[in-house]
Order: sequence, then structure tokens, then C-alpha cells
Amino acid sequence: MRYLPLTPAERAEMLGVIGVDSVDALFEDVPAAARLPGPVPGLPLHASEMAVERHMSALAAKNLSAGAAPFFLGAGAYRHHVPASVDHLIQRGEFLTAYTPYQPEIAQGTLQVLFEFQTQVARLLGTDVANASMYDGSTGCWEAVAMAARVTRRRKAVISGGLHPHYVETCRTMAHFTGDVIDARAPQLSGSADDAEVIAAIDGETSCVVVQYPDVLGRIPDLAAIAAAAQAKGALLIAVVTEPVALGLIEAPGHIGADIVVGEGQSLGVGLNFGGPHLGLFGCREKYVRQMPGRLCGQTVDAEGKRGFVLTLSTREQHIRREKATSNICTNAGLCALAFSIHMTLLGGEGLAKLARLNHQAARRTADALAAIPGVSVLNDAYVNEFTVVLPRDAREVVRELADRRVLGGVSLGRLYPGETSLANGLVVCASELTTDEDIAALASALSEVLEGVPA
Amino acid sequence: MNAVNASGWRPEMGAAGEDLNLATASGDRGLALEEKLIFELGRPGTCGVDMDEPRGEVLPGLTRFLRKAAPALPGLSEPETVRHYTRLSRQNYAIDLGPFPLGSCTMKHNPRLNEKMARLPGFADVHPLQPQQTVRGALEAINELAHWLIELTGMHGVAMTPKAGAHGELCGLLCIKAAIEARGEDRKLILVPESAHGTNPATAAFAGFSVESIPATEDGRVDLQALIGRLGPDVAGVMITNPNTCGLFERDMKAISDAVHAAGGYVYCDGANFNAVVGKVRPGDLGIDAMHINLHKTFSTPHGGGGPGSGPVVLSEALSPFGPLPFTAKTADGVVHLVEEEDAEGFGHSQAFGRMAAFHGQMGMFTRALTYILGHGADGLRQAAEDAVLNANYVLRSLEDVLNAPFAKAGPCMHEALFSDDGLPEGFTTLDIAKGLIDEGFHPMTVYFPLVVHGAMLVEPTETESKDGLDRFIGSMRSLAARARNADPSLKSAPHHAPRRRLDETLAARKPVLTWKESAGE
Repeated sequence: MRYLPLTPAERAEMLGVIGVDSVDALFEDVPAAARLPGPVPGLPLHASEMAVERHMSALAAKNLSAGAAPFFLGAGAYRHHVPASVDHLIQRGEFLTAYTPYQPEIAQGTLQVLFEFQTQVARLLGTDVANASMYDGSTGCWEAVAMAARVTRRRKAVISGGLHPHYVETCRTMAHFTGDVIDARAPQLSGSADDAEVIAAIDGETSCVVVQYPDVLGRIPDLAAIAAAAQAKGALLIAVVTEPVALGLIEAPGHIGADIVVGEGQSLGVGLNFGGPHLGLFGCREKYVRQMPGRLCGQTVDAEGKRGFVLTLSTREQHIRREKATSNICTNAGLCALAFSIHMTLLGGEGLAKLARLNHQAARRTADALAAIPGVSVLNDAYVNEFTVVLPRDAREVVRELADRRVLGGVSLGRLYPGETSLANGLVVCASELTTDEDIAALASALSEVLEGVPA
Repeated sequence: MNAVNASGWRPEMGAAGEDLNLATASGDRGLALEEKLIFELGRPGTCGVDMDEPRGEVLPGLTRFLRKAAPALPGLSEPETVRHYTRLSRQNYAIDLGPFPLGSCTMKHNPRLNEKMARLPGFADVHPLQPQQTVRGALEAINELAHWLIELTGMHGVAMTPKAGAHGELCGLLCIKAAIEARGEDRKLILVPESAHGTNPATAAFAGFSVESIPATEDGRVDLQALIGRLGPDVAGVMITNPNTCGLFERDMKAISDAVHAAGGYVYCDGANFNAVVGKVRPGDLGIDAMHINLHKTFSTPHGGGGPGSGPVVLSEALSPFGPLPFTAKTADGVVHLVEEEDAEGFGHSQAFGRMAAFHGQMGMFTRALTYILGHGADGLRQAAEDAVLNANYVLRSLEDVLNAPFAKAGPCMHEALFSDDGLPEGFTTLDIAKGLIDEGFHPMTVYFPLVVHGAMLVEPTETESKDGLDRFIGSMRSLAARARNADPSLKSAPHHAPRRRLDETLAARKPVLTWKESAGE
């Protein structure tokens, strides 16, 4: 067992120092009836590195990886090119195998990264401050709703129909148990976001309005108008960004009125990972910082006056405030934040703007190719790299038939909204800088075939 | 380490007493490198990624949404970027450099095979919403890990979606709440022992419960009589940590479970310390209803400076129907399905409480944990628990003559040994020992936790430390205890050999500087 350094002779010597005959004596506080006499039955015994690698590789080989097929999925998780140096750097043992930086004198590497990350995120989202990351966008979204309730002392959240349904469900689940009220608009298969409907739902009980930007169908809501309406009634605007690359092209939510901006940072540096780990971004106005959930890194000085960094404002946190804490979170996604930060550093603001432009152009070419197929129409007139097409039949089946042809053609609204028959023909399509003209041609040709019912 | 004594010698003094703490023009000292912030290094317009040039105009409909200027973010070239992060990495302590004797937080060797397997494109480069027919292997991997967790814990089901340990606690409490709702009852109280992790009461409050504390006995365990005395029709459940944060096994666990069940409540176990008993004891046999498993602690996924975590929650038969969506299930034909909202009923899971997060869990952590589990096997995991307990007791017995060990007589410790600063001379505290350990080349132990002991030092060596490594740690601790006893003033200002001396945490909290600003830059 290659991970266990003790030899039998050393174990015996150590038992002698402790003064017991056998290791079982050290488990004497466990009631005898609950002690297992040997390895748990029904499980295999240890295996060699080669055998493990063979087994795991065989499982991996059963999956169609995104890079092995024309790929057009988005809807909350995005595939982008990650420069090779990102993964190389996060695999340095000093980052990969470090603990949460509670001992700042020997964790300046992680802490400086978190300080840089907070600054990058705040500037990207257009907020005054940002925390050192959350688990992911969806849980961060609920934390924002809970934070808005603390700030406004109201318990009703108005949620736009364009918010990713998994985010809505996450909020609904939590609200059911905490007694908060979730007033979620129904999603509509229409060309523009539901701004007017959202504005109409805001009342004097509303703590916050939650709006995705761009929304799950790729549409772009008018944040400035919603912010004005929300703030006029004493509610906060929470903007949710699932695709941060989009912010290279469209205005940052914090610059157009959002009080809290949460996001999914997976797009930059992190990778798809079948849904996790991802990375939550969280920024807000400075005046709300003490109500903010999660970890914060702050600048200070050491005993010699040198600049250094520490985790700070921990009096908001669970280990001090216990049941009064701003959240129960006691970790973040530090390694994913590092990957995001490195990727962002490589790009710089102008690189991000260029990347967003490349994504947009790829999406435009894709949309044009799909719109040329009889029976297919593009829903939105404004989008960054993700848009919705309406097909002549159930998009869920179409996606499966495309997959049979080894084309990963998008996310059907039937997958996102099971049971919403009015949305069943919608397909969310995403393109990126990785999308080639050949990929677009392959999707268009496969989709034509599927829609015409031509057998594979 | 006998070089430091009460004679006035300082680490920054040479043998002849001359000051070696000389300033350098760069701020660097040999290979101890200072590093500016990216905002001080970057220049406008620099980009370390070569991309194609965009072709064509933006969509007319998008024009009114365009941002006025690119985000004000510095870019660095690739070599500058690689050097920046490599230099920063050297300011970090990490398990690859030496032990983290962090009681209750548990850092063990992170095998690189885990990393290699997690990066296979079939796991890493797969979208969570791909058609199920294209992700059968990924679903099988999740189901295989789920099977191991159920068998090792002797439980009935497992929720794989929680993102971290504290998120898993939340999941377990929501299961309890959903089960109580399903019985048509309204129980709002969760009992939490004093020795619990701070996340436990925070989680209970976040799940909409009220919280009451249960005291510990003099020997560091839950006061069974106090607990039983508080049970009643308002109690939804108890949250308990076993082995507990004093490093002790709760001998009365089964009696606690029976009493709670008899009163109509459920038992949540904080599984942070499962690494001490995996393969030796099944929590299900002790009557536990829900327990999260920190994959990084028990199954070696890397901590990465603060996560990602992953906190699957194993569930008893009573709570299994309430677990969150989505989940995986194997049908008779051997195919593993991802069960989302619309199919849940068909898989006998109609009472699921809903979704806790987007998508289906921390796949990247699942592949790492499964890789580690397969390497160890059922026999190796048992051996790992035994070695973890052996190492902790070895540390306890090797230090109890120089440091106060409040529960040394309460029986063997499990995976972690608890000491306190009782008996150190006036003015010398746990913090001084911790900072002194940094100079000795070790990460400090967990300090000031658990709260039931004043000036606590909680040491958890874990099973991946060698006897030689433990002996060096013990030697350093004995030396630090001796320096404190001799009132060595240099211990009060430790660390002397770290990238930074003691940092002013009060200043950071009083005048928060959370982002870099041009004017505040150096």
C-alpha cells in the first residue's frame, strides 16, 4: 500500500511507546458490537496503480468528450480554450496541496492570489468589492437572495423567467425551508427578455429582483430599467452572469445598477468537469460588505511593515458567529479561483474583449447557418455567444438523434424545463472561439438530416 | 533544535552576533522572492493568449448593450504569468512540503494518480447537460463511488450533489426537515453539542431551524443525560461529531441514537472525522440517519488552498426517499441513469426535496476519490484508519509529559490528539507555539479549537506521515515547549523564517482593503 509509510516493525515499536499490545486496543471505546472484524464485505481489495488506471480509463472511454465532436452546449456551463500554462500552474504542489490560508505568514501565495482574484472579479462585474469565491453560480445565487433579505429585512424575491432553471430550483428548495417567498416568473419562448413582467411584479415586500444577464435563452435584459424600478421600491437588483466571457462585450452589471452581481466563473480556466467543481463569483456594493457571505481576503502589514494579506472580516463567519453567521460556508473554491485568475491574467481586459468578440462572431455564423435550414428560426435579435432556435419538433428528441450522429448540438429546453410543453421545441445553441467552420457545417448538415427524417 | 536559547541569540544573527537581516535593493533575499501584484506588473494592451482576429461586425441588436471600454484588467505575457504564479507558489506551505497536523481539518498526501485520472477527457471535458447516451461512463463512475460510500458506512442511500462539507450538512438537515414535514409535524429545534464544528449551528440556522447547545462532560464527550433530558416533541434532531472534536469516540453513540429516535428525532453525524474509523466501524450500525463525507479528508482529494470540496451525504432508510435531485440509479439491465425531476417517481423517489445546486455534483472530486479508494481497497482503507489512530496516539503519548493533554486519561484518542496551553508560563500561549512551529518547518496544528478546551492545540498527523516525520515533529514540539518554559522571548515574535512576520489582522478588519486601487498601490 504505497500511500502508507509505516512498516510492521515501526508499528510494533510505536505500540510499545503507547503501551498497548495491538492497534485494536486503541479502538476500545468503540462498542464491540459495532467493530468490524475485517475489511467491509462486498468491496474489492487494494489494486495496483496500473489496474486502477485501466479501470478508470475504461470508464472515461465510454463518454463522448466535448473535444471529440462538434460541440454546441452552453446553458450554464461553457467550453473555452484554456491556455496550457493554467493547468500547469494550478498543479504546482504548493497551490494544489495547500490548506485554507488560516496561517497567513506561510500562505501568502494563496492569499495574494485571492486578493488579485477579488480585484479582477470586482472589475469584471463592475462592483466595488468581491469575495474570494463561492462553490458555484447556483449556490451563490441563493446566497445573494439570502443576503438581500438581511439587507432589506424583507423575504420576497422576484425572479425573472430568464434565470437558469437550476438556479431557480436551488432558490426554491432553500426558500421552502427558510420561509422565504420566491415569486418566479414563468419562462417564455419569446424574442426578448421578460423585463416588463419582472418590473410589474416588484412591490413593497420585495427584497430583491434576480435577473440573469444574458439570460438562459441568450437574451439580454435591460438591467438599468429593472434596477431603477427595483430601487424605487427599496429592493435590490441581483444580476446573475453564467457566462463571464460575455462581459468582454456587454456592459458590466455593476455599472448599470446591479447591487449584487453573482456569477459562474467556470468559463475561464476551470473546464466543464461534467458539472463540477465550478466557481462562484460574488460582488456587491461596498456598503453591504459586512452582510456578504463567504471568505474575504484583505491587505495589511506585518510586524516589519511589509505588505501582506490575511483572511478578514471573519466576525461574519460560522466559526465565530455560529448560528448568527452570514452563511454556513467554511471553504471556497480556491483552486478554481486560482485557475480563473491565471486565465484572466493571461487575457487581460483587452484579451477578454477580443475573446468575447470571437465568440460572438462564431455564434453569428452558427445562427446564420441554422436559420437557413427550413423550419428552423432564430428566436433572439440580440445575443453574445448563445442563442435559442425554435425547431419544428421536440428538441429533446432532436438532440438525441444528433448525438447518434456524434454531434453535440445544444441544450434542449425540454431538458431544462421538463413538462413545459410550450418550450419543447426550443434549443439553446452556444458557440465559442473553439467552434470551427467545419463544426458549424457538421451541425447544420446533421440537423437538416434529422429534421427531414433521413436515417443515419 | 537547540541553537535557540535564552542567551539573546536571534535567528537573524550570525554566530558572531552581527545583523544578517540586511536590506536588499530588490526586496528579495536570495531565493526568498518578493512578488508584486499583477496590477503593478501589467501594462495596458498586453495579452498572453494568441487568438485569431475577429471577423465581421457585431449583431445590430447588440449595439445598445456594448460596453464602453474593455474591463480595466491588466494582462501579462505568458512568461510573466508563469513566473508570477510560480514565485507566489513559493510563499505557500503545502502538504507536498511537509505535514499539516491540522486536527479536524485533516490534510493527507494527495496522490498524483488522482489528478491524472480526473483529467481524462472523458471525465474533465464533458458537459453536464450532454445526452445521457454520451456520458454512460461518467454516470457509472458516480454510481461506483456511491456504492463504496454506502457499503463503507452501512447506510441505505447517498446524495452526491452537495458541493462541500458544509453544503452536505445543509443537505442532511433538509432531508431531516423534509421527513418531518412528510410526517405532518412541525419540529423546529436542532440540538448541537458544544464541541461541534462552527458550521453545524450555522447550517442548522441556515436551514431554518433554531439551535440549542448541549454541554460536554468532563471527559470531553456529549453529556448523554443532558441530551436525553432535552429531547421532546419540538426536537427535529441532533448534530453530533463522531469521533468528536476532542479526538474521542462517542462511546454512547448507539444510546444517543436510540434516545433521539424514540423521541421522534433524527441523528445527523458530522462525518469530517470519518477517516479515523473508515473500514473499522459503520456509522449505520450506530443508528446515524445522515452523515456528510468530506472527500478531501477521508479520500485524499486536494484542498487547493480552500477547496473545491465535495460533501456526499449518506442517508438511512428513513431519510433516503427525501434526498435531493438529481441522482444516479442502476436499472436491472446494468445501465446507470441520471434521474432528474421528471423521472424521479419512476425510480421510487417521489419525495425528493428538490435541487441544491446546478448540475449533479463535483465530478472532478468524485473521480479523484474513486481512484484513491480503488487503490486502497477495503483492506487498505481499514489499514489507513488504523495507522491514523496509531500515529495520533503515538504523538499524544510522546508529548503528554511536556504539554497539558486534558483528555489523555479519557481513553485512547482516535485520529487526533488534543493539548492545551495550560501550564505554559504567563504570557506564552498556543499562538506562540503555533507560530514557532512555522520556524521549525511545520504547518501549525489547529489552534483554539475545540472551544471546550482553553488554548486548544489539536494535532492530527494522518496515516500518510512516516514515523521518522512524526519523530521530527515531536522533537520540534518538545523544543518549543521547553522554550516557552524558559520564557524565551524570541518565541513571542515568531515566525522569524517565514515570508512574512506576524501579520496585523486587526488592521485588516478595522480598515478593510479588499481590492487593489491605483492610489493605494506602492
